[in-house]
Amino acid sequence: MSITTTDKNITTQVASSIEQRLKADATPQRLQALQTLNTLQLPTTKNEEYKHTPLTRLLEKNFTFANEISESTLRAEDLNSLLIDGLEADRIVFVNGKFNESLSSAKSSTSLKIVPLKEAIVSSDLARQHFGAYANFKEDAFTAWNTAEWLDGFFIHVDDNVVIDKPVIFYHINDTQAGEVRSSIRNLIVVGKNSEVTFIEKFDSIGSGNHLSTLVTEGVVHENAGLNYYTIQNDKGNRYQYGLMEFYQKNSSRVNTYTFTLDGKAVRNNLHLKLDGEGIESHMYGLYLLGGDTLADNHTVVDHKKPNSFSNELYKGIMDGNSKGVFNGKIYVRPDAQKTNAFQANRNVLLTDKATVNTKPQLEIWADDVKCSHGCTSGQIDEEAIFYLQARGISKETARAMMLYAFAGEVLDNIKHPALHAYIDKLVSERLHKNF
Amino acid sequence: MLSIKNLQAKIDDKQILNGINLEIKPGEVHAIMGPNGSGKSTLASVLAGREEYEVTGGEVDFLGKDLLEMAPEERAREGVFLAFQYPVEIPGVSTINFMKTAVNQIREHRGQQALDAVSFLQMMKEKMKLVEIDQSLLNRALNEGFSGGEKKRNEIFQMAMLEPKLAILDETDSGLDIDALRIVSNGVNKLRSKNNAIIVVTHYQRLLNYIVPDYVHVLYKGKIVKSGTKELALELEAKGYDWIKDEVSVA
Repeated sequence: MSITTTDKNITTQVASSIEQRLKADATPQRLQALQTLNTLQLPTTKNEEYKHTPLTRLLEKNFTFANEISESTLRAEDLNSLLIDGLEADRIVFVNGKFNESLSSAKSSTSLKIVPLKEAIVSSDLARQHFGAYANFKEDAFTAWNTAEWLDGFFIHVDDNVVIDKPVIFYHINDTQAGEVRSSIRNLIVVGKNSEVTFIEKFDSIGSGNHLSTLVTEGVVHENAGLNYYTIQNDKGNRYQYGLMEFYQKNSSRVNTYTFTLDGKAVRNNLHLKLDGEGIESHMYGLYLLGGDTLADNHTVVDHKKPNSFSNELYKGIMDGNSKGVFNGKIYVRPDAQKTNAFQANRNVLLTDKATVNTKPQLEIWADDVKCSHGCTSGQIDEEAIFYLQARGISKETARAMMLYAFAGEVLDNIKHPALHAYIDKLVSERLHKNF
Repeated sequence: MLSIKNLQAKIDDKQILNGINLEIKPGEVHAIMGPNGSGKSTLASVLAGREEYEVTGGEVDFLGKDLLEMAPEERAREGVFLAFQYPVEIPGVSTINFMKTAVNQIREHRGQQALDAVSFLQMMKEKMKLVEIDQSLLNRALNEGFSGGEKKRNEIFQMAMLEPKLAILDETDSGLDIDALRIVSNGVNKLRSKNNAIIVVTHYQRLLNYIVPDYVHVLYKGKIVKSGTKELALELEAKGYDWIKDEVSVA
């Protein structure tokens, strides 16, 4: 393809930079993804899926898309403040998109194979079979971007019939002290039959520069296996992010996802669950507490393909300052998926006149014997309730905090892991100025 | 204890209270009656500090302090309690947890130490008996899915917990069947003492069979147009409010 560096088109700029970065790594698949990126073009707000999320415009304004990958001198001490207290977990640390072995603690074993993805797609048939099978780069230009560019990431294979007690935690750290950072990570997860595993993603940064992450996590959850996936986005820095998490679920599998977005500049989370089996249970929980000029967009898709499965989605948001929340929840119930139970709720509280939320449920149901419901609300904090609490001697500040904490609590209550519950509860309590 | 002088208040652009005068001493129970729209609930709301109402004139002195200057929570901490006509449902906040916060913020205001969990629970158990309320109800989200009677009983439970000097019961009898009315009234009567005072706002006389007032005032068009003893309530029950309206228009 011909690319000129003087071209102002952002997609061309990004594609050119990716091409420079790839060099010898330019596999046919990456080049195809790059081609797709050029064809699709990064989405503007004219694209229905990005109608309320000017991510492309924000990137255009704030990034130069340097070819070089920023170096980092991050040391173990720098990492300490970012770790989750009291959490015993196997740690995988990425700094500026590169795996940092000295800061990581996770070790590969027979029950839990952890192999660098680049290596796995050469050496493992299993990895090749699943890689790219779920996250379709033709659907979204950002996924194409990630597919073309990803620098690091892992193939994680949980063997059949094992329960992995310790969660695996990914720390995604962008160190902007030497300038703008752009990092792309790709993970592939295969959870074997009758197994159980928990993953955590935590996103942070060091320095005050702009930084951008693309992260695509895809995988399959086999028969009767359970996957818990926690995402903690509480980056105080200038984080811009695109994420896609897509899991393919087989008979009687269970997936629970928990997405907490508490800070960052602009965060887009795509979450896709494909329920291709019977007796499946999927829970998607989300909580976004936004302030300043943070933009957080959660786009979720639950695709019921077979009968007798259950999905439940609960996303709640509190928007303060000039922040903006976006929620889009698609539920597909295919013609074969009789006796599906699918529920969705998105509830929002706006604390200021300038904060906004755009919420849209999208249910497409082709089966006739199903139970589906959805509900979206957005409103202010209930002043009558505040007055009621004040009339009992509780200060207005405490009354507000009580109301907001109770609102968030409905999501927090579902966190099953005790140390994570304590950690996230603390983050949320601090954010809401809980003083009771 | 409470001295209201020429109190005037409006909501939006509608003047509702047109000069209320009322003196209440410790140990007294005053009933405020009147036809719909006369300003009874407005008076209760203004005393509790509801922000939608704007006081346009007059004074309210509570135990030597200017009540109207205080935020709603300060009034509560000083000893004013409003039992709501329509108690609010608050999902996710249990009565127990919120009462613990309330009791301790009030104690802090009074210079007392916060209650520990054991003492709080002990106090709660005592007060629960008083108003015949079940703990399972108090563990639940505040008023969420409560019946009308349960909500009102919960109001009186909170009154028992906070031990106010002045309790204002705003239409506490509305929506109550006869059994619930008896339980709620019994609770209130047990809380009566020579040190506290109660204002009972009601449209009907039937509550006053249970909570017997020392004084009855009739509110009409934002003014107290007639005051008397409990016999006045009986007379209103028998004759309705029209004769009061006639008296006022003749005068």
